Amino acid sequence: MNGQTHMPNIAPTPEEVARELGLKPQQNWLRKLPPMLGGLITNKKGLAGVILLLVLILSAVFAPALSEYNPNRRAGGPHVSPNAEHVLGTTRVGKDVWTQLLYGGRTSLAVGFIAGIVATVIGLFVGIASGYFGGKVDEILSFFVNVVLVLPALPLIIVIAAFIEEASPPVIGLVLALTGWGWSARTIRTVTLSLRTKEFILAAELLGEKKWRIIIMELFPNMLSFVVGGFVLATIYAILAEAGLEFIGLGDPSSVTWGTMLFWAQKNSALQTGAWWEVWPECIAIMVTGAALVLVNFAVDEITSPQLRAGRHIPAIRKFLAKRGRSTDVF
Amino acid sequence: MFFDPSALMEVRNLAIDYVGDNEVLRAVNGISFNIKRGEIFGLAGESGCGKSTVAFGLARLTRLPGLVSGGSVSFNGEEVLNFDGDRLRQYRWGEVSFVFQSAMNALNPVIRVSEQLTDVIQTHKSCSLQVARERAAEMFELVGIHPDRLEDFPHQFSGGMRQRICIAIALCLEPKLIIMDEPTTALDVVVQRDIIEQIRALQEQLGFSVLFITHDLGLMIEFCDRIGIMYSGELVEVGPSATIFENPLHPYTEALGQSFPPLTGPRVRLEGIEGSPPRLSEIPLGCRFSPRCSKAIAVCKNQSPHLIDYPKQESRAACHLLQL
Repeated sequence: MNGQTHMPNIAPTPEEVARELGLKPQQNWLRKLPPMLGGLITNKKGLAGVILLLVLILSAVFAPALSEYNPNRRAGGPHVSPNAEHVLGTTRVGKDVWTQLLYGGRTSLAVGFIAGIVATVIGLFVGIASGYFGGKVDEILSFFVNVVLVLPALPLIIVIAAFIEEASPPVIGLVLALTGWGWSARTIRTVTLSLRTKEFILAAELLGEKKWRIIIMELFPNMLSFVVGGFVLATIYAILAEAGLEFIGLGDPSSVTWGTMLFWAQKNSALQTGAWWEVWPECIAIMVTGAALVLVNFAVDEITSPQLRAGRHIPAIRKFLAKRGRSTDVF
Repeated sequence: MFFDPSALMEVRNLAIDYVGDNEVLRAVNGISFNIKRGEIFGLAGESGCGKSTVAFGLARLTRLPGLVSGGSVSFNGEEVLNFDGDRLRQYRWGEVSFVFQSAMNALNPVIRVSEQLTDVIQTHKSCSLQVARERAAEMFELVGIHPDRLEDFPHQFSGGMRQRICIAIALCLEPKLIIMDEPTTALDVVVQRDIIEQIRALQEQLGFSVLFITHDLGLMIEFCDRIGIMYSGELVEVGPSATIFENPLHPYTEALGQSFPPLTGPRVRLEGIEGSPPRLSEIPLGCRFSPRCSKAIAVCKNQSPHLIDYPKQESRAACHLLQL
């Protein structure tokens, strides 16, 4: 002791730190849910994404309950602007836009999700097989992946669509799925390659686990965020490509989808005649679907990585440190 | 209370938390100690008691979700927790360097070892490549590897040699303090002894301080000048190695000492410590060791003890029994 007073810097209690960082205690009902689902709905981005997706899917599924009209029949006069009877107005030929939007969502979402799922599953199988088994298997599969990657998908679909004339939504979905799995196969293969040299895979092999079990139980959960990311991208791509193809008139114009709605809106010069209600609803629906999927993807990334999750608190942590005159260098 | 002008690093009431989604868990709960100039200070304790968390905190390497939530760390009189930008860069490695358990894996497998050494030297000191190379060769000799091998790649060395190369990299800027977190745990006992003796010799020659962390109490007592025993994020006893070994004050230190077999004398049954350390989310009231302590009395269950100086034993300990 030499008279120099050293004020002991007492730390706030963990409860005070939690309050200052804005952490809220976990609700009891949440604990009963599986951690993945619980994580998804406590994450702000995840919750927003899930709610948006649910609204879109449910409104497509329960379309008959939400509208009294038939999407393929005249429901009123041509280009009636939105009113109480026609919430989003009518098209040039008098079909109800709100009804078309609901029923169109059925096809567009189904095609998008099915194409996305099929592309992801193909990519997952091909990627894991070529990454895990290596050697000849890898050579052959990688060759196909490269072929799919260099195939210009959209022109190919245009050619196919022109060839079979007025491609129906399922055909478009199939073509999109078969040409869209390249990137996800490539990513999954890379992730598998880096995971298969890890000790836990070696341990599983030495324990005599079967190959399929190693792939499903050991490899797959570790690449979940890549799989979900690939699925989200493939789905968004499929929805956009389908709408694009139909918009340029290569789809079946008698089917009701968001793409054909845009096709007819363009054909009937909806924008030039000031009938904005025939154009914007389906555009917004496509954008909202993409945004919802991306939000879910962000959330899954955060749930699978504790460090990203803690990253959410960085602004609060910086404030906490700055208030105490400390360096705000956090990483 | 115990300000010491000869201290190189003074840690006061350091608290380190892990930030969860819904709660904050305190891994290190207000610990205080000094590291004197030229001293080897040890931190011992069971796995998960917060030793490494302290080491990372002192080096300002606490990563999210970890957060140093309070206390102070003063190094040469400066507050480490306030360092920013260039000052922080200079502090890390220039003044304090680290050797971790898996330090040898920090060597980049595709870059020659010489480059990995000269890179460190040139980043922190403005000198020519020639000077940096000479320094690197000097460092290699210091840790007992022939300078001819500077041009080799990391995979051409054994684990022990790689660990020594990392120690060489930690030494090459002549830091005042080296934090060693289980530097020899991954190595066999022969190599371990070799490296420990080398560090000791280098320390006597260069005069740096060492913060040494291990769960191997035997090794620690042999190597360190003073030892702090940690339990569940708190320091329970701090004292010279000899005291910790021969005359432990705290029941936990005593129990730890009894879990190692003596080399000589009659065979006795080793007494482990019943139970396991508490979870951070279920810290017991009172003394954290009381549920496992064979000597616990009523007061231990509801009042947490403070570190109190016992000048007669030259030791500080936190135990109610010593106050009786």
